[in-house]
Amino acid sequence: MIELRGVSKSFGDFAVLRGVDLVIPKGKSMVIIGGSGTGKSVTLKSVLGLIKPDSGTILVNGEDVEQAHRDTFLSHFGMLFQGGALFDSMTVWENVAFRLLRGSLKRPRGEAREIAIDKLRRVGLRAKVADQYPGELSGGMQKRVGLARAIAAEPQIIFFDEPTTGLDPIMSGVINDLIREIVVEMGATAMTITHDMTSVRAIADKVAMLHDGVIQWTGPVGDMDAADDPYLRQFITGSAEGPIEAVR
Amino acid sequence: MDVTAPVASIGRSTLRTIAALGRLSIFTGQTLRHILLPPYYPREFWHAVIAIGWLSLPVVGMTAVFTGAALALQIYAGSNRFGAESVVPQIVAIGMTRELGPVLGGLMVAARVASSIAAEIGTMKVTEQIDALVTLSTNPMKYLTAPRVLAATLTVPVLVGVGDVIGIMGGYLVGTSRLGFNEAAYLKNTFDFLQFWDVGSGLVKGAAFGFLIALMGCYFGMHSGRGAQGVGAAVKSAVVAASVLILASNYLLTEAFFGS
Ligand SMILES: Nc1ncnc2c1ncn2[C@@H]1O[C@H](COP(=O)(O)OP(=O)(O)OP(=O)(O)O)[C@@H](O)[C@H]1O
Ligand SMILES: [Mg+2]
Repeated sequence: MIELRGVSKSFGDFAVLRGVDLVIPKGKSMVIIGGSGTGKSVTLKSVLGLIKPDSGTILVNGEDVEQAHRDTFLSHFGMLFQGGALFDSMTVWENVAFRLLRGSLKRPRGEAREIAIDKLRRVGLRAKVADQYPGELSGGMQKRVGLARAIAAEPQIIFFDEPTTGLDPIMSGVINDLIREIVVEMGATAMTITHDMTSVRAIADKVAMLHDGVIQWTGPVGDMDAADDPYLRQFITGSAEGPIEAVR
Repeated sequence: MDVTAPVASIGRSTLRTIAALGRLSIFTGQTLRHILLPPYYPREFWHAVIAIGWLSLPVVGMTAVFTGAALALQIYAGSNRFGAESVVPQIVAIGMTRELGPVLGGLMVAARVASSIAAEIGTMKVTEQIDALVTLSTNPMKYLTAPRVLAATLTVPVLVGVGDVIGIMGGYLVGTSRLGFNEAAYLKNTFDFLQFWDVGSGLVKGAAFGFLIALMGCYFGMHSGRGAQGVGAAVKSAVVAASVLILASNYLLTEAFFGS
């Protein structure tokens, strides 16, 4: 279970998060939606400890992330970065198998490569890309390599920052199914950021909408369409008219 | 206008400098700790040895041969004035091994290596690769900084040693072909004259310069600002800082070794 209590973060005098309260139950898939620049990525990075919140607490399985032993703590996490963040100095398979080539999960290179190729297949990539470098791949392919890297060590908690952005509709469907499968079959806790309402419906158990530095609305995905929150309504209908300003 | 403004501005920049020095000291301490404590990343280390040491050989060699050659001409012209031309081999040897080998070699390596380390790590920083390393349970200081700093500290002295030999050879070529020195006598004079510490002190300087070069590259890379502009600024700062630190520490080391 992941719990955020009153998490705030400012950059300079710009307050991005102003008291985010959010609970993600174990083994559930939470999807975070919200306008561009509202701090969704900052929220994920705060849970991972990559950004230190100014105030508030974040608990993972009841343990305060600030006090947790960072290595053991992070060994249960997988993260897909919005920009992919692939290591461009190594091949695709070495990226995917990064965790399996060093540290506590280290195994023989041959075996690590097998696992990497299997994960690549699951994100819809052929074995032949394994020996290419990230710079040689298209944006959508890089994204999927990032996804394969995030799930390679079968983490218990997985964060996906816009997993389907830049993918064609069919590939988006494949990735949505994969995320759903990881949650249902592996029992992982997932937190996904997306702007794609089809994805939201395909992968979410719960939905949270971030707006103006706070969680504007949260609830089960089934309640989303019936909710009468005007912000949420505007967001899911994609209307220019409503309480959310188009310029921000 | 507020009369305290100039004072405030001096105060601010002083505080900024002190804060930067503090950050740099912490960074240095962490680097040393990560070099000593496991886990180690031998692959990264060997990559760094190749990139920093092996691939710098041509640059250092070129620098040394031309420096040695020019030095021979200058010493000859200077000593000619009081009829002491015969000292050319000795002065070339001592000049190369004690000063010019380490300093010029160090500066060339700084230009080549501090810049490339800062650019590489800075780019990794702005494209979130450093964050990705952290989420993959890998400490960036241990994985990126420690191998590079260790490799530079160990390989730059070797480069300096090679540079000494090549530089003395440059002097020898000019001395024997242009200045009329006897070949065997030139070499004999050089090696009879050189003492262990002439060469040794240069190698120690090389190790110190190598450490500073990689440290500056890593420090400014890790603290790179955002975007291409941030990386550009980081590279520039790394090269400038490494060069100034080389010259300053060269003076201090020379004072420590040969002062008095
Ligand atoms: N390291 C940083 N330094 C300064 N400002 C930052 C930093 N990281 C994020 N911000 C700012 O915080 C705000 C929220 O950023 P964030 O990346 O979380 O947005 P987002 O909700 O993920 O948007 P998008 O949907 O476009 O990805 C932005 O205005 C951004 O400029
Ligand atoms: Mg984002």
